[in-house]
Amino acid sequence: MAVDAQTVEKLAELARIAISEETVEEVSSRLGDVLQLVDRLQAVNTEGVPPMAHPLDAVQVLRPDEVTEPNRREEFLALAPQSEEGLYLVPKVID
Amino acid sequence: MEWEIVIGLEVHVQLATKSKLFSGAGTRFGAPPNTQACAVDLAMPGTLPVPNAEAFRYAAMFGLAMNAEIGRRSVFERKNYFYPDLPKGYQTTQLAEPIVGPGEIEIHLEDNSSRKVRLHHAHLEEDAGKSLHEAVFESGQGMSGIDLNRAGTPLIEIVSEPDMRSAAEAVAYLKKIHSIVTYLGISDGDMSQGSMRCDANVSVRLKGEKELGTRTELKNINSFRFVDKAIKVEAERQIDILEDGGSIVQETRLYDSDKNETRSMRSKEVANDYRYFPCPDLLPVELDENYIETLRSDMPELPDAKAARFREQYRLSAYDADQLTQELATAEFFETVAKQSGEPKLAANWMTGELAALLNREEISIEQSPVSAEHLAGLIARLKDGTISSKIAKQVFEAIADGEGDADTVIEKRGLKQVSDTGAIEKMVDEVIANSAKQVENYRNADESKRPKMMGYFVGQIMKASKGQANPQVINRILKEKLDALL
Repeated sequence: MAVDAQTVEKLAELARIAISEETVEEVSSRLGDVLQLVDRLQAVNTEGVPPMAHPLDAVQVLRPDEVTEPNRREEFLALAPQSEEGLYLVPKVID
Repeated sequence: MEWEIVIGLEVHVQLATKSKLFSGAGTRFGAPPNTQACAVDLAMPGTLPVPNAEAFRYAAMFGLAMNAEIGRRSVFERKNYFYPDLPKGYQTTQLAEPIVGPGEIEIHLEDNSSRKVRLHHAHLEEDAGKSLHEAVFESGQGMSGIDLNRAGTPLIEIVSEPDMRSAAEAVAYLKKIHSIVTYLGISDGDMSQGSMRCDANVSVRLKGEKELGTRTELKNINSFRFVDKAIKVEAERQIDILEDGGSIVQETRLYDSDKNETRSMRSKEVANDYRYFPCPDLLPVELDENYIETLRSDMPELPDAKAARFREQYRLSAYDADQLTQELATAEFFETVAKQSGEPKLAANWMTGELAALLNREEISIEQSPVSAEHLAGLIARLKDGTISSKIAKQVFEAIADGEGDADTVIEKRGLKQVSDTGAIEKMVDEVIANSAKQVENYRNADESKRPKMMGYFVGQIMKASKGQANPQVINRILKEKLDALL
């Protein structure tokens, strides 16, 4: 069960992944394989089984409310392609 | 046709924790950009979020205040979307198992009526950073600047049922949420700094109709006043469209306060698809019964309980009690004045009258009031012991507001002490009677039932002569004696 080309394009758009036209077919068939696996899982009778939030049977440890992180702005800014006045610069996006 | 407006609100409240929801970076407002954004907030590879216990405590306190169920187990999910101020590419939030379940609060309206608004749920989530689109950069023409200080700050998103039927009800609900979070001390609730933000879902339907109309979501409403205006203008827009035979498009709209209009926000209509899934980095959080019961017993007195106590203990009207308990600082101010002056009713009148007018005029909060609770108590004490009349008290109040010192200082310096000395008042009464032959004549010829009213003229003249300082009760007594002697 392959995923149609339109769905592949929509998923690529949502995930911001560039998929060239030549590879659409291959991606579509591979996604189809994944969905087949999901179909098999969905065939299992899960009545009365609560949804699992995490595979580990454990609960989250919380941390006390304390500021423990020093200011490392200059190090982080140095990793960005562009920065100015302490800000990361990105292409303008306004929706 | 009679239309009914249906409103549901989504309120985001920034929690006043010292550190972020999932990292140990600070949350201080106004810090230089990106100085409070650590590797976790920046989504550096290999980082792992660890939730802040205090954020859970605050969220659970809020739930208890809303008479809501507290999720004994809550789960974080990823809401996936791309925007430059969201470095991870997803917001960590809650969906299926939020910390606060269904609840209910009572809102109070101007006409003294009240109604219940149901809470759908409230969940914990992280805030995004800030994009600066307007700034101009030397090294990047037409680029946006990103400040990630706010990224990861804990929020609770409070989602109501569509239970409100007017803009006024929506404002009352929002004010109630504001009161509760500030009473609890879990947020500063400052809308101007974005600590509290509100989106409104608005639809209209014909009165009596059961089905909800198509709704629009209004974003960017950042003051109580704009909530009122935005809802009104959007409801009018929808009614106009429907009355012209059109239909409403379900969409997100932005409220523009300068133009007082709403406009569509989506340029290209790609339906949102957030592809939520449980966050694999975070385990479910469990809060046990003991924890919740301890929180419950440590809850402070909340606005409704305080208002009830004010009615009972200080014999205030329902209206005054509501007015004085909306903000914790106002309630505390009132109790100080009431206790120090021993005159709760006068304290309430002065606070809802002169003081409220002063704060409104100066656009300041009660914490910034130039007239302190001690000042007001002192003023009321002088009013009560007859040192000044209520008319003069207003002058004294204004002088205190102008920084001339406390009531005693102002009364002394300006010589405003009320004259109760009968000798001095008698002299003034005699003079006025002597100079008002015509009015005295009228008084004598008038029917007895009309005389009390006619005394007003004389009282006014005497007050004028005394520069408002003569004790009105003494004037009345002496004046009546003297006039009656002339009959």
